[in-house]
Amino acid sequence: MSIECPPGAISDPATWVEQHGDALFRYALMKMRDTSQAEDMVQETFLAALKARNKFAGQSSEKTWLIGILKHKIIDHFRKHKREQSSDDIETLSEQLDQQFDQRGHWDVSLTRWQNPDQAHENEAFWKTFSACITHLPEHLADLFILREIKGMTTEEICKLLDISTTNNMWVMLSRARMRLRNCLDSRWFNHDNKELS
Amino acid sequence: MLSCKEVGELLSQGIDRKLKLREKVSLKLHLVICKTCSCYEKQLQFVAHSAHRLMRSNKDGQGIPPLSDEAGIRITRNIKQQLNEEQQQKKPE
Repeated sequence: MSIECPPGAISDPATWVEQHGDALFRYALMKMRDTSQAEDMVQETFLAALKARNKFAGQSSEKTWLIGILKHKIIDHFRKHKREQSSDDIETLSEQLDQQFDQRGHWDVSLTRWQNPDQAHENEAFWKTFSACITHLPEHLADLFILREIKGMTTEEICKLLDISTTNNMWVMLSRARMRLRNCLDSRWFNHDNKELS
Repeated sequence: MLSCKEVGELLSQGIDRKLKLREKVSLKLHLVICKTCSCYEKQLQFVAHSAHRLMRSNKDGQGIPPLSDEAGIRITRNIKQQLNEEQQQKKPE
């Protein structure tokens, strides 16, 4: 079987699942929290990409292109099902975090040491809580945080995909995401009795 | 002298990029005397490390699993089917 190779030099679609399936699925699962929905979304993405592959300009990598399609499909899905994704506005977000520091930039809250953090990794409930903490981040921070851990995604590609203008902005956003995740784990896991995120 | 807020920012950036020597030195100086920031440093590292493990777990590991073999096979089959249909349309009898 011969496959036309468009100018963007796309790889053989029959190998897409092998090449990109895991990355797309993990991103979708983090966002949707449901295995079969995430699988459906990955399939829809590949089939849509197949139809549109002649338009692939090769300006980004194939993976970034596919994740871009997936991202829009997930947004559409949530729009159709009227499920609101968390959407804190970035200003209130930075205000909230600034409240952890006083005017001179010193800690305004006290941090408690986490007991045996490494043991948490062996606990399945911890991973549920941690995933939930990520999903509860404002959407752009969650996207950034997830994509950064996906193999084969470069900083430039992530910035392009998420419309982040400079690498410096990306670092600042990551710092905010981590601080929020720290706070979430602190209250939902390390200082929480029944260890469940509602 | 860096403020705790600036230290928090730098600690996070230290995960994403190589810090300059000057930055490293000011961080060290601050961390020696500031217990809260030292505590924050460990917790930040833990968050970053956990994220890494979460997204790269293998099939048996905990965290976000890769695409299952069954789903992978099913999706590939559907891709190939659509490719075939495309080929058919290009060659009308």
